Amino acid sequence: MHMTVVTASRHPLHPLLSRITGDEKHALSAHSTLDVLWVLYDRVLRITPETANEPDRDRFLLSKGHGPAAYYAVLAAKGFIPEDWLDDLAGWDSRLGHHPDRVLIPGVEIGTGSLGHGLGVAVGTALGLRAQGFLDSRTFVLLGDAELDEGSNHEAIAYAAAIQLPLTAIVIDNQSSTHGWPGGWDGAPTWPGIEGAGGGEGDHLRAGLSVGIPARFPGWSVSVVNGRDHDEIERALRVTGRPHLVVAAVETK
Amino acid sequence: MRETFIDTTTDLLSDDPRTALVLADISASSFRTAQQRHPDRVFNVGIREQLMAGVGGGLALTGLRPILHSYAPFLVDRAYEQIKLDFAHQDVGAVLVSIGASYDAAEEGYTHQSPGDVALLDTLEGWTVHVPGHRDEVPGLLRAAARHDDRVYIRLSVQENKGPYPDGGSLRVLKRGGPLVVAVGPMLDPVLEATRDLDVTVAYTNTPRPFDTDGLRALAGGEVVLVEPYLAGTSARLVGEALNGMPHRALYLGVGRTEIRRYGSWRDHAREHGLDAAGLRRSINAFLGAND
Repeated sequence: MHMTVVTASRHPLHPLLSRITGDEKHALSAHSTLDVLWVLYDRVLRITPETANEPDRDRFLLSKGHGPAAYYAVLAAKGFIPEDWLDDLAGWDSRLGHHPDRVLIPGVEIGTGSLGHGLGVAVGTALGLRAQGFLDSRTFVLLGDAELDEGSNHEAIAYAAAIQLPLTAIVIDNQSSTHGWPGGWDGAPTWPGIEGAGGGEGDHLRAGLSVGIPARFPGWSVSVVNGRDHDEIERALRVTGRPHLVVAAVETK
Repeated sequence: MRETFIDTTTDLLSDDPRTALVLADISASSFRTAQQRHPDRVFNVGIREQLMAGVGGGLALTGLRPILHSYAPFLVDRAYEQIKLDFAHQDVGAVLVSIGASYDAAEEGYTHQSPGDVALLDTLEGWTVHVPGHRDEVPGLLRAAARHDDRVYIRLSVQENKGPYPDGGSLRVLKRGGPLVVAVGPMLDPVLEATRDLDVTVAYTNTPRPFDTDGLRALAGGEVVLVEPYLAGTSARLVGEALNGMPHRALYLGVGRTEIRRYGSWRDHAREHGLDAAGLRRSINAFLGAND
């Protein structure tokens, strides 16, 4: 089975990530959001540097804000920010902090870092777009599985379900929530390994899957995908017209 | 004031397609007609104040002008970090309209009271604060706030003065005499009664933020009394900065920090905090060294 992954060698993001981290090699698990972000900006989002301020653009809100190297690399690869910004992360003269600031970085929709803010803001964003008649404009928000610990998320999850608001929430699941999200959902898929059926990586992904996360999103439709498989990710992100959860499972931290 | 707010907001929603309203159950039934008329711009998120603030931030990011409304302790105290991060940090604004003030909900107890709301907003950048002293001051303040994108807090109360002063945005002198006494919002009538036969100047404002520091410098002599309907001393820093370099003594009257574990009415709490006319008179006389 062939699978498109950023982490495959010679992907254009690699040199960009190296400029941020200073490392030649990247631990895959350090960039849990990398493949989802790439699919969003490469295949799904209707937004370019030229349309970054258009009122009817699609919105992507990085709620978790942590570990934004992958986000910055994708923004540079897609031309939102100059590549040389990547050479200074969080220095005095840098616009790129350890958490992104929308005021400092073109293309960044919200400044985050404190967990549990993005989903509520995303609900307001989706409502605002709809109120202005931008019915084709989509709103995406990305969270981490540990971020779901914050109770504010559950206010947004319940309300979005109650009004069946078109909105896509992506939860990157690398099993980093301290108490986990056990049980409650039996739709867990299984995947062949990245190197083919029976490969160790596939077992690893299965082992790392929090099947309890969808149970925390009652009233939402759900896709649980391999967070490294670009075609699976894309299919899940193309579900529209309702509150939709995409759990993207990646290696455990 | 609450009814005036509801009527004006209902009109605004019809007049200006940029206006949106976010509620967290409080006052939802009063806005039912507005919600039916404008289902795309009137939202009741349920008892979810963190979400109310987040939704406000999101609406503002798309270019709408959100009005958020609840009891002050739920709107401000509970959702403080959302107010901090989902508005100013995103470089957007909103209009926050509270009811309940410091102790309007005397019978409900301390959970429904927010003497610290203005002090909390003072930790943040760029909030205009209106404390109307009369219901007829509300429509003008609200309509002006809906026209721009800045951050505005409007603090409504059941306590009000006998008459409105729609021009109360800067210090408005109501009585000329000796030392300056500044009354914020509903504190005006008790201040006027307390100082009826005292040789003082009384000035009124319904907009303590930004504080009219120029007006204060022009009016202040060596002694200044500030009377606020929220935590005592909330404006002390601003008064101190305004009078920097001018030798002065200052008295800051307002709500005390000690929780009053009694119910009753707002009048009982005003008396307990020394904010009724008799209490104000005692404090002001003691400060000015006059005999009562």
